[in-house]
Amino acid sequence: MTVTQQMVTIGLCVLGTMLTRFLPFIVFSENRETPSFIQYIGKYLPSAVFGMLVIYCLKDVSIFQGTHGLPEFLSIAVTAMLHLWKRQMLLSIAGGTVCYMLLLHFVFI
Amino acid sequence: MIFRTLRKAFPYTIPIFAGFWFLGLAYGIYMNVSGFSFVYPMVMSLIIFGGSLEFVAVEMLLSPFAPVQVFIMTLLIQARHLFYGLSMLDKFKGMGWKKYYLIFGMCDETFSINYTADIPEDVDRGWFMFFVTALNHFYWFSGATIGGLIGSHLHFNTEGISFVMTAMFVVIFLEQWLKEKRHISAYIGLGVSAVCLIVFGPDSFMIPTMIAILSVLAILRKPLEKQEVTEK
Repeated sequence: MTVTQQMVTIGLCVLGTMLTRFLPFIVFSENRETPSFIQYIGKYLPSAVFGMLVIYCLKDVSIFQGTHGLPEFLSIAVTAMLHLWKRQMLLSIAGGTVCYMLLLHFVFI
Repeated sequence: MIFRTLRKAFPYTIPIFAGFWFLGLAYGIYMNVSGFSFVYPMVMSLIIFGGSLEFVAVEMLLSPFAPVQVFIMTLLIQARHLFYGLSMLDKFKGMGWKKYYLIFGMCDETFSINYTADIPEDVDRGWFMFFVTALNHFYWFSGATIGGLIGSHLHFNTEGISFVMTAMFVVIFLEQWLKEKRHISAYIGLGVSAVCLIVFGPDSFMIPTMIAILSVLAILRKPLEKQEVTEK
């Protein structure tokens, strides 16, 4: 690839990304009333999206091979329990991550 | 006032600092060992600001020039941002010039924080979200640049630290769960994504997932809105 071709490639990555980020705001502008279906979607979508993101993070975990996803599921359980107990975002995230790292280093080697 | 807002926003971004520095360093190192100057991860982290695509872009830059394929691939990987925009239509209303930067910098993590954070009453919402976005942008940019500069000299055992991102999304999912009255949408998100992951595999399940989530929500609109009315 020449430098120009590299620049075009990177430029297309930027263009595609920005298209996906800006499109909803371009289609449903501030000045016009947002259609009621889109308002409904905007209201119910976020909870589904956060569920989707959790699964997205786990997409490369294979349940049937290797560690069977045990370190991931145990650490998620620790994260969730810490959070339900103390409801301190940083504590839950740090606790879950440390738990995962310890499991990888000492248990599931 | 503005400095105070920055101080309020910063704690929310600490987990992202850890995650982005680790992933950004890894990305910079990857570019470095693939033979690119540090200028590449530096510029790309600044103007693309989307982690998973940037990793894929390394492969694209090493392959023969294929602009159409690059563009389609980008749209497929980034399509989930459409959902973030739809969720943020209201929250970004009336943000003036900041709105453009907020949309530009709306990666998974920034969206999640800006959507769920309990922004204190006495703090300007626009500036709060602006700082969350800018801090995350800076973490990713600095991590990628440092990785690109000194990547090949770094040796330390950080296996598993990328789990910080998973833990963060679990916490955000829970926060949203604790805030809402009915969890139907959360179940749909988890269930549909899991089924699609099993059916379509890790590399191509996101588009079917998004279509399926929208379809299920569309089908459930009448019963859900009816329930809302009766609850009131």
